[in-house]
Amino acid sequence: MNPPVATPFFFYLLATTMIVGGILVITRKNAVHSALALITTLLAQAALYLMLYAPFVAGVQIILYAGGIMVLFLFVIMLISIERAAKERQFNKQWLVGIAAAAALGGLFIAIYTTTTKGKTLFPEGQVSYGESQNTQAIAALLFDRVHGTYMFAFEIASLLLLVAIIGAVVMAKKRI
Amino acid sequence: MEAMLHITTLHYLVLGAALFLLGVIGVLTRRNVVIVLMSIELILNAVNLNLVAFSRYWQGMPGHLGGPGALHGQVFAIFVITDAAAEAAVGLGILIAFFRNKETVNVDEVNLLKW
Amino acid sequence: MLFLDHIWLIPLLPAVGAALMFFFGRRLQKSTVSAVCVGSVVLAFLMACGGVLQYTNWGAANGHRPYEKILYTWLGTDTGHLNYQKSDGTPASFRADAGFLLDPLSSIWLLFVTGVGMLIHIYSTGYMAHEGGYYRFFGYLNLFMFSMLTLILANNYVLMFVGWEGVGLCSYLLIGFYFHRKSASDAANKAFIVNRIGDAGFILGMFFVAWLCGSLRFIDVTGFARDHAATLMGNPIVTAATLLLFVGACGKSAQLPLYVWLPDAMEGPTPVSALIHAATMVTAGVYMVARSNALFVLSRESMLVVAIVGALTAIFAASIGLVQNDIKRVLAYSTVSQLGYMFLALGVGAFSAGVFHVFTHAFFKALLFLGAGSVIHAMSGEQDMRNMGALSEKIPVTFRTMLVATLAIAGIPILAGFFSKDEILWQAWKFSPYLWAIGFATALMTAFYMFRLMYLTFWSPSRVTSHEVEHHIHESPKSMTVPLVVLAFFSITAGWLGWPASLGGSNHFEKFLEPVFANAAEKEAPPANESGLGLTEYLLMGLSVAAAGVGWLMASRAYSNAGKGYTEPIAAAAPPVYDTLLNKYYVDEGYDYVFTGRRKLGDVRLGVMGLGEASSWFDSHVIDGAVNAAGWITRSTATFSSWWDKWIIDGIGVNGPAILARMLSYPARLFEWGLVQWYALVMTAGLVGFVFYYVYH
Repeated sequence: MNPPVATPFFFYLLATTMIVGGILVITRKNAVHSALALITTLLAQAALYLMLYAPFVAGVQIILYAGGIMVLFLFVIMLISIERAAKERQFNKQWLVGIAAAAALGGLFIAIYTTTTKGKTLFPEGQVSYGESQNTQAIAALLFDRVHGTYMFAFEIASLLLLVAIIGAVVMAKKRI
Repeated sequence: MEAMLHITTLHYLVLGAALFLLGVIGVLTRRNVVIVLMSIELILNAVNLNLVAFSRYWQGMPGHLGGPGALHGQVFAIFVITDAAAEAAVGLGILIAFFRNKETVNVDEVNLLKW
Repeated sequence: MLFLDHIWLIPLLPAVGAALMFFFGRRLQKSTVSAVCVGSVVLAFLMACGGVLQYTNWGAANGHRPYEKILYTWLGTDTGHLNYQKSDGTPASFRADAGFLLDPLSSIWLLFVTGVGMLIHIYSTGYMAHEGGYYRFFGYLNLFMFSMLTLILANNYVLMFVGWEGVGLCSYLLIGFYFHRKSASDAANKAFIVNRIGDAGFILGMFFVAWLCGSLRFIDVTGFARDHAATLMGNPIVTAATLLLFVGACGKSAQLPLYVWLPDAMEGPTPVSALIHAATMVTAGVYMVARSNALFVLSRESMLVVAIVGALTAIFAASIGLVQNDIKRVLAYSTVSQLGYMFLALGVGAFSAGVFHVFTHAFFKALLFLGAGSVIHAMSGEQDMRNMGALSEKIPVTFRTMLVATLAIAGIPILAGFFSKDEILWQAWKFSPYLWAIGFATALMTAFYMFRLMYLTFWSPSRVTSHEVEHHIHESPKSMTVPLVVLAFFSITAGWLGWPASLGGSNHFEKFLEPVFANAAEKEAPPANESGLGLTEYLLMGLSVAAAGVGWLMASRAYSNAGKGYTEPIAAAAPPVYDTLLNKYYVDEGYDYVFTGRRKLGDVRLGVMGLGEASSWFDSHVIDGAVNAAGWITRSTATFSSWWDKWIIDGIGVNGPAILARMLSYPARLFEWGLVQWYALVMTAGLVGFVFYYVYH
């Protein structure tokens, strides 16, 4: 079976976009630039979700992440003064140790992936057994269907968590309660 | 080359690991707390990518978690996104309070947890 | 009753004069000053005469009661805020009136004080004519008259004390009239300070009287003492009260041992010496004792003390007067001596005799002083008798009047002094022959030093040193000689008021005073063997006249030919005695050693002041040293305690465990930087380690 040409192409394009965006996020002086790079990364990831046959998650990613959370970030960046922070030293004193620790972690990942995948194809691409149009209904059934709703309670708890987070954010951001 | 062209779950896992490491580096080394928060978003997204990738993988597997109904990874991704939103709201609230009190966004200028 | 009702005007008139001088005197003409001041005293004298005249009539009609005029309550109230307990436990209330009392005793003082005062005021207009501070002088004199009249007319001890202090103040001001002279201001200070001792006694005595009698009004006190004479006899409170009052009298009337101020008081102008320090103020003590006679007779001890002090003062001062060369000092010691006579009389119970001597003495001693002033005036301020002589021709009026006064004080019959002094000696004989002997010796000395004064001043050859002074000698103006003549007249006649019964008289004076001294009569010598006593009286009388004559003769032999550089007979006979007398028995020096603290032995002050300094040294070094030592020990202990608390208790006990815990916890603290990224890093490292272990174990 010949593999489709478009799939690797888009995968590497999007992966490169995400890696470059991630690097930009952690290296830019200006927090606005970082935020824009992060949006780029998130949008590329949403595209990857589509490639993984997860259209609902991709939509949620675009609407919630790129739309909601990132707007929140930009608002906060405008609220606080970042000019001074942009002129200062960007990395803390332990940056070398931090990179070393991350490198150790990366080395460990590489070691794990190489040793466990030696000579065989791990995690082959699964077959999609239903149409994309049913994806959203299936997730909804898992979340709040009366018969199949495995995660109904967790879903309600998540809504409560959001409520508490909203109230907590307001309390902390207000000048005087 | 064969392995490179045939996109498997492992590719997504490697990409997720790379994003995760970038996020870890950002969290450990940047002074600007806004960017630290963004790095945390990077880490969460790396995890999300893994979850969705495994969801795609399990859809081809038999068994009670696999099969056509194996959307648990995606549901988890949605929960993680929900948590990320809550985390971003609370984290940015803390950030505003912090900036108001200390007139700075540099996370290493606060060491009240000492001793 | 016009004068009696307005008796308060008598002291007030001179007060008005004094107030005018105080406020406007500087701007007034000398003639105006004279008119106001002399006029006020003349008016006071006329009112006094009228008042006494009216009193004699009123008294005759009212059983010779004292006349009392109370204007208002001056100290204390009727509301009982000043209540206290008398010595017998009954309640009493302190009160002092602004009230006036006129009885025979105060009448006599009133008459001669205003009379002599008036004459001396007139005299002063001449004497002070060429002096600076004319208005000041007359202001002081008027103030003195006011104080003295208040003293005399007061109806209670407190108001009397006001006058008492007032005359003391005026005495101070007038002695120090020439205040630019250090000797004058020193003398003024001395007079004031010595008088303070007496005044303290007066105040304490007053307290005792109030404690005993429950009142300070003379009428109440006298009435109380006479009503309770039997129970109060020998009461120690009475003795204490009278002795303390007598201390006051000693100060004011210059008795031993407080007489030292009076001779120095001669630094003041001569009219002041005559008025204050001879005739009036110094008799205030006599007046006060006579006023308290009802109390004094209740204490034999006090009476004895008064008599002995009087007699000793009399002979003591007279002996000093024998050799003094300053004309005013001779008279000053004479005054002290005569005051001693008066107290002798009071002490032996012959109050009326003492008062009689005050009365006659006022005239002839004022005359002597004014005469001496006239002499000094003539001699251009020279006071040393060694530089005088042969003045009888040049100032005849002064000479004749002074001769009269000398005869009077010496006790030549028919003149005033004879009657009063003889009365005293006679009463002293009845009390104790020893006291009489002292008085007799004093009489002899008095005659001697007075005639010595007369010879050296008027009769002996002239010893005037400079021709200018010699040329300048002149008789004083009329304003000075007229008072001399008036006083001379009274020096002759004043004694006739007390012409004794033994010489065919009726002694009006004693009869007049009888109501005041009603109790004293019983105390006089028992009427045993009257005829024998009568003979003795004549004998004593003859003896004292003989003494006067002998004194005259001795002075005549010694000084009638005293040329320049003459020798004193006493100095020739017994030089040590002469030196002692000339230096006044070294009493002032002794006081310097004992009281004033002027003498030092090395660095150590002697006498009471030295004792005070020693006490002060003891206090500041030993007592304070002990206090400081106690403080030092306390502080040291506290310092050690503090050190112990700080280093041992806090250090080892409290901080020690803390330091130990801190040291032990130090390694753990190394990992707690408080930086959140550090924690994240550690967490990552832990993750690496965990995964590594999980994968490769």
